Amino acid sequence: MSAASDVIIIGGGLMGSSAALFLRGHGMSVTLLETDLIGRQASGTNFGNVRRQGRPIHQLPLANRALAIWRKSRELLGADVEYLQSGHIRVCYRERPELIEAMEDYAAKARLEGLDLELLTGNALRAKFPFFGSDVLAGSYSAMDGHANPRLAAPAFARAAQRMGATICENTKIVDAQKVGEDFIVTAQDGRTFRAPILLITAGAWGNALSSQFGEPVPIVPRGPNMSVTEPVPYAIHPAVGVMTPVEEETVYFRQVARGNIVLGGSTRGPSYPDDYRAYVLPQNTLSQLKQIRRLAPALGKLNIIRVWSGIEGYMPDSQPVMGPSATTSGLYYAFGFSGSGFQIGPGVGETMAEIIAQGATDIPMEPYKIARFAA
Amino acid sequence: MAEPRIVVVGAGPSGVRAAEAVAKAGLRPTVIDEARRAGGQIYRRQPDNFTRSYEKLYGTEAARAKALHDSFDALAGKIDYRPETLVWNIAAAHVWTANGNAQETLPYDALILCTGATDRLMPVKGWNMAGTYSLGGSQVALKSQAVSIGREVVFMGSGPLLYLVASQYVDAGAKVVGVLDTSSKAARIKALPDLLAMPSVLWNGVQLTRKLSKAGVPVHHQITPVEIIGNSETGVSGVRYRTASGEDKTIGCDAVAVGYHLRPETQLADLARCEFAFDAHTHQWLPQRDADGRASAAGVYLAGDGAKILGARSAEASGKLAALAALSDLGLPVDKGEITALRRDVANYSKFARGLSRAFPWPAAQAAALPDEAIICRCEAVSAGDLRAVMRETGAIEANRAKAFSRVGMGRCQGRYCGLAAAELIAAEAGIPVEQVGRLRGQAPVKPLPIAIGEEEA
Repeated sequence: MSAASDVIIIGGGLMGSSAALFLRGHGMSVTLLETDLIGRQASGTNFGNVRRQGRPIHQLPLANRALAIWRKSRELLGADVEYLQSGHIRVCYRERPELIEAMEDYAAKARLEGLDLELLTGNALRAKFPFFGSDVLAGSYSAMDGHANPRLAAPAFARAAQRMGATICENTKIVDAQKVGEDFIVTAQDGRTFRAPILLITAGAWGNALSSQFGEPVPIVPRGPNMSVTEPVPYAIHPAVGVMTPVEEETVYFRQVARGNIVLGGSTRGPSYPDDYRAYVLPQNTLSQLKQIRRLAPALGKLNIIRVWSGIEGYMPDSQPVMGPSATTSGLYYAFGFSGSGFQIGPGVGETMAEIIAQGATDIPMEPYKIARFAA
Repeated sequence: MAEPRIVVVGAGPSGVRAAEAVAKAGLRPTVIDEARRAGGQIYRRQPDNFTRSYEKLYGTEAARAKALHDSFDALAGKIDYRPETLVWNIAAAHVWTANGNAQETLPYDALILCTGATDRLMPVKGWNMAGTYSLGGSQVALKSQAVSIGREVVFMGSGPLLYLVASQYVDAGAKVVGVLDTSSKAARIKALPDLLAMPSVLWNGVQLTRKLSKAGVPVHHQITPVEIIGNSETGVSGVRYRTASGEDKTIGCDAVAVGYHLRPETQLADLARCEFAFDAHTHQWLPQRDADGRASAAGVYLAGDGAKILGARSAEASGKLAALAALSDLGLPVDKGEITALRRDVANYSKFARGLSRAFPWPAAQAAALPDEAIICRCEAVSAGDLRAVMRETGAIEANRAKAFSRVGMGRCQGRYCGLAAAELIAAEAGIPVEQVGRLRGQAPVKPLPIAIGEEEA
């Protein structure tokens, strides 16, 4: 006999965990199934940017919704996920002055969506952020963005969901999911089965393996973030910092946590292997990251890194997630493939998916995320 | 076919003998070592302008130390020797090295890891105060720089190094105010059958204890460490311990060296993707290898104390054996009789090492009994109570999970010094065997790596 609930969620990352919490808020019974442990891959190994700026304009309503949740996360979760609203600055280099115009254009559009950005150049930029190297030309500053600790966030959402009555099953690898009559029957590797009229797939890089079972394959590519962290040094850098550039190798970012360590991320992403449940940092990517970090903030060149890491992320060809109802199967919903940019919006995704499932509609624009965009 | 590229990491007893065997076969190995001079920890050489004799520096092991140094010096010109160089990552049959800010990437056909050991440490309340050293660290101070770690020194812990370093301090004229051993004399007697595998080493050990007693150094057995006393301004001022009969005692001192035998440095084997297994004798996770040192990862060979703590003499044998295995796998002729003899030697040393682990057992229960206020992870200043609170709140009972939530093992040592004790604490708290807690995954860089890496040409 299978365990029954109103909703089954497959995938215990930040999306699945927050959806479970918000579905409980709508009074629905929820079973969350996770292959390994909650939040151990993309959700737990990313940079921790709670950043709205730089996202597509169409995504800002979702990002704003997420920000409201991050701001009340301590009360909502009963746990400290080290959320700091300490600002976010995005800069461009001298060799690409045309990006200033792109920044201005973005800021004008973002303002209409409630995201206020301040453009800084020259002395004003350096007075506020003296750590930038001479290659840095201009920056776009968002005071209301910030960062949080990804290792803590998804597990805190899952624990809160559990306290609210959700069933969380870790170490539950799903091998089959199908719709039989009105219900989805989901089978785990150890033979346990779960039954519910609604199925939400939040399985990250593994999303395609499940959507394919419902005739909706998507061209997802697994990759891994390229992360490093320094020894702790006195807390001096408040905002999260990132580079705006069309060149992947130049896309580095860093943030300092209150404890003092500086988390470095970006440059070329590494490979990841969902079938083996492993991701590796390639040494050459560590070196290219450190080189770009020295360019961005030369003083960091005096520090050491003490650890590197990666995880398994799912990337879509258009960098937009698959989110919303299935096009083939009623009662089936997706939220995966966040393409390395899901952390900030995560709680907003959970709340929005819960709203769609419980109420059948949402004000959040969902058109860009439809799975049908990949239909043959 | 191009000449096979053999990389040896480490220039201690196993690394030197491995390099020697490769050079003897007519190849030119690359020898990468973190230290400034070859010899490893046990046969560490003093700085150039120091003039102590071999006898003074290495005592009963003087002849072996000299032989190893001479062998290494004779390799000059026959090996590509890279001192003061860290292998910070391994990927796709290449080692990635750092020498200062200079980075180089070297391909290998065979990689012989002779990475050696560090002290195995058990936290005790107050061990984060200035004046607390590891046994190995206190020995390095003496061997390399001819200095004592304090005016009045206590040695506390267990294992052969406890007696060796204490007696070396006595020899050097330092004031040793106490040797506090957590193991019992009874355990030593029970281990005798195994220890008799190497009668001369056993005899050396007996001589050390006699020397200490002749010098009037108080030696206490079966003690339980309670606290290293002192304050954050002036550091250590004493050691509090419980005697076998349950009495609380205090010894005044201004420095204390602690250690519980050794643990292998296995991070590079981990980065080379070798498989590991739990060793119930030592409560340690060890990289798997066959009798000759072949690891599970293709082209990777493991030797010396970096694979398993079997001592310096065994390291010389296993280093050579691993090199012969590598040469044989590369299709070069090797002496089968020599391999058989080396295997026999290593087996004998293994028996002795098992005796040592019985005579000086890892006091796992101490980790479980750590008071909440004791720091368990010094890099991140996480207390035993912090770790227990995280376990209660999150249910984390797996080593990497507990690290992710509590930060235990997340600092610059990557859990090399606190990881074993943290695993014991977690196991006790969760009521599960320690092997179920698992092991902390090794992550590059194995030691801190400058962000300025690559700024200088290699």
